[in-house]
Amino acid sequence: MKALRNFFEKTKPYVGKGGKYHWLHSTHDAFFTFLFVPKTTSGSGTHIHDYIDMKRTMSIVVLALVPALLFGIYNAGYQHFGALGQLASASFTDRFVFGLLKVMPIILVSYAVGLGIEFIFAQFRGHEVNEGFLVTGMLIPLVMPVTTPLWMIAVSTAFSVIFCKEVFGGTGMNVWNPALVARAFLFFAYPAQISGDAVWISAEGVEKMADGFTGATPMAKAAMGDTGFDLWNAFIGLIPGSIGETSKIAILIGALILVITGIGSWRIMLSMVLGGLFMGILLNLSGSDNIYLALPFWQHLLIGGFLFGAVFMATDPVSAAQTTKGKWIYGFLTGVLAILIRVVNPAYPEGTMMAILLMNTFAPLIDYWVVQGNITRRLKRAGVKA
Amino acid sequence: MSKHFKLKRGLDIRLKGAAEPLLKDAPAPRTIALKPTDFFGLTPKLSVKADTRVKAGDALFFDKYHPEIIFTSPVSGTVNAINRGERRKILEVVVEPDREQEFRTFTAADPLTLTREEIKKQILASGLWPFVKQRPYGILARPEDTPGHIFISGFDSSPLAPDYEFIFKDDREALQQGINALSKLTDGSVYVGLSPAQKNGIFASLNNVVINTFEGPHPAGNVGVQIHHVSPVFKGDVVWTVSPQGVVYMGRLFREGRLNLSKIIALTGPEVKKPHYYKTIQGAELTDLLSNTTKKENHERVISGNVLTGTKTDPDDHLGFFDQMVTVIPEGDDYELLGWALPGNDKFSASNTFLSRLFPKKEYVLNANLHGGERAFVMTGQYEKFLPMDILPVYLLKAVITNDIDRMEQLGIYEVVEEDLALCEYADTSKIKVQQILREGIHAMIKEVG
Repeated sequence: MKALRNFFEKTKPYVGKGGKYHWLHSTHDAFFTFLFVPKTTSGSGTHIHDYIDMKRTMSIVVLALVPALLFGIYNAGYQHFGALGQLASASFTDRFVFGLLKVMPIILVSYAVGLGIEFIFAQFRGHEVNEGFLVTGMLIPLVMPVTTPLWMIAVSTAFSVIFCKEVFGGTGMNVWNPALVARAFLFFAYPAQISGDAVWISAEGVEKMADGFTGATPMAKAAMGDTGFDLWNAFIGLIPGSIGETSKIAILIGALILVITGIGSWRIMLSMVLGGLFMGILLNLSGSDNIYLALPFWQHLLIGGFLFGAVFMATDPVSAAQTTKGKWIYGFLTGVLAILIRVVNPAYPEGTMMAILLMNTFAPLIDYWVVQGNITRRLKRAGVKA
Repeated sequence: MSKHFKLKRGLDIRLKGAAEPLLKDAPAPRTIALKPTDFFGLTPKLSVKADTRVKAGDALFFDKYHPEIIFTSPVSGTVNAINRGERRKILEVVVEPDREQEFRTFTAADPLTLTREEIKKQILASGLWPFVKQRPYGILARPEDTPGHIFISGFDSSPLAPDYEFIFKDDREALQQGINALSKLTDGSVYVGLSPAQKNGIFASLNNVVINTFEGPHPAGNVGVQIHHVSPVFKGDVVWTVSPQGVVYMGRLFREGRLNLSKIIALTGPEVKKPHYYKTIQGAELTDLLSNTTKKENHERVISGNVLTGTKTDPDDHLGFFDQMVTVIPEGDDYELLGWALPGNDKFSASNTFLSRLFPKKEYVLNANLHGGERAFVMTGQYEKFLPMDILPVYLLKAVITNDIDRMEQLGIYEVVEEDLALCEYADTSKIKVQQILREGIHAMIKEVG
């Protein structure tokens, strides 16, 4: 390890200002600081600093995503062999390996494109490479259908990193959640390739679907008036859907990691779920004959990307509301809107993405209101005293 | 009326090396120094030159804009050196003490029998006025003001802080006299904030004060936090704060009719062999004290003050004006292989992301490493956990960064000084220099609003 450190220390002058390989500066710095926590000590202010840093924070989010990722990989294989009608003959390993071969390239493309752009921007700005994309790069594959062509992953990732993040100043400055912007970009730019019933299952080499097999997600079916999906399978995650969103168990494990470590805001998660349930109850109470409106309110949590959005997307600290009270309001309204759009608007099969992006837009307004409240309250205190 | 405040937000950093209640005499310091840099916003003018002979209580320098505020030598001796920094800024005035001490004499009288003007005059002339700070801003108080109230925090809650009940145990009378003097300077009250543990201590036995208790983790002992809960400062208000050590000095001044600036400090920190208390004097040189009390195993960082707000000092430097402790920690200027990824059962953290969370009693060796690179604001809700005030620290800091005076005012810049937000800086994932930003904001306020 010492040799490695020496290598980085010795090569440092070459990438420094005026060095021959200065264009590699951000790359050198990123790898060096990844391997070794720098020896920089406090120059002013507090003499001690917490051991937590952005690398640890972001890697814990990635860790929380791992259960959903692993299940997504397995489910890709499961759905494929299911479509073939060969589930019985495909072993666990067969399903997993098939899924791995499908999902891995998507992850690689997402990271390669996104990190490449981040490195270039860091170089131009003279900043250190930010760790935010470690999470975004994992979220993007998990919100895509498994059949999305790799070039679309590349284009949408590039679009979101450049136009959603870097133009605003990089990690910490963006208005919207970058992973959702990537998803939304595909949704509007290539609607045919990212919606419909055929995209959820990798059906390569499938000439004829097994009898009675449609490939539609339970949510799409519900929108068509068929709410007879298997609740248990929806909970476990053995249903068609975007790679990471299907398994509610895996998502809950991730939620547990985020809440225990304090990295994800439990307030946003809880209030969004409450908002969703509230809207579900309202729809139930509307007394309509429409079978989707009458879907028992709690079952909305089991289908689509609602739970995934609540745990991993709405909680992005940069694009969410930042004040404590604001988080409650933001989460609740996101939940309400997600279910409202999902059920009432026929143009969109799922409302979570739209709801979160919309509330991202309004988050600063919510915070503004909360901050004004703080100011008024403090002034009142002054008045009482005088 | 005595009130009890229960503060939930904050953090007690479990640093190794708290001082045992054992008192020794520190070696007599070779030199004594007074540092203008200990006073924010001060423009010093010298009253002495090198080789000038001074008595204890003679002025070394004064405030250019308030010439009546003088800074006096704690000992009699010869001015040894005037050390200057960049652009001839005065860093310290060093005095070599005589063997036989000579003192300037002042009036020895019960302050309750004196008038406000007489008391002010004596405190100013003795050089003890700089112990009086004003809020807003935490700067030297203006003698012409009459403060709404005067606040004294009777305990220090910062990491490894000395126990005030221990270091002032022989100063009860001086404390009382000092408080009597201060009570004459305000039309309001003198408030003393105590921790619940001090119920039967010396501070609780003081008269002529209003005692409030503050329960909770650091920064419950910060006088700014206590003011916020008792009588918050808004635009146009002025309150004063005095450290207990300053009160004791003032009390001794009125009792003995001369300066008596001996003080007890705690020598603490993981790099100190046997942390305990030492009796020394205001502004003492630390060389002999530190020469064989630290471990010398690692590259050491000596801090005059505590690890959150103290000043980095050379081992042959002098004790800061307001400092009641010296902390020695490892510098930690070394690389750590994949340090951010380790489980971290030996890494104390305010976050729940390290295994150390499972050992709620353990004490830790913490070093001066930043443990990560500086980033933009990303995590939210982090600062609020460490500031027990109705203030939104991130929004306040953002107002400072954008230099928005109105917003700073609305968001509470009058109520905070750096030490109140020091924990936010400690715990920050993004390693943002919170105290420095806040200081710039206060600077801007003084310049624009005054």
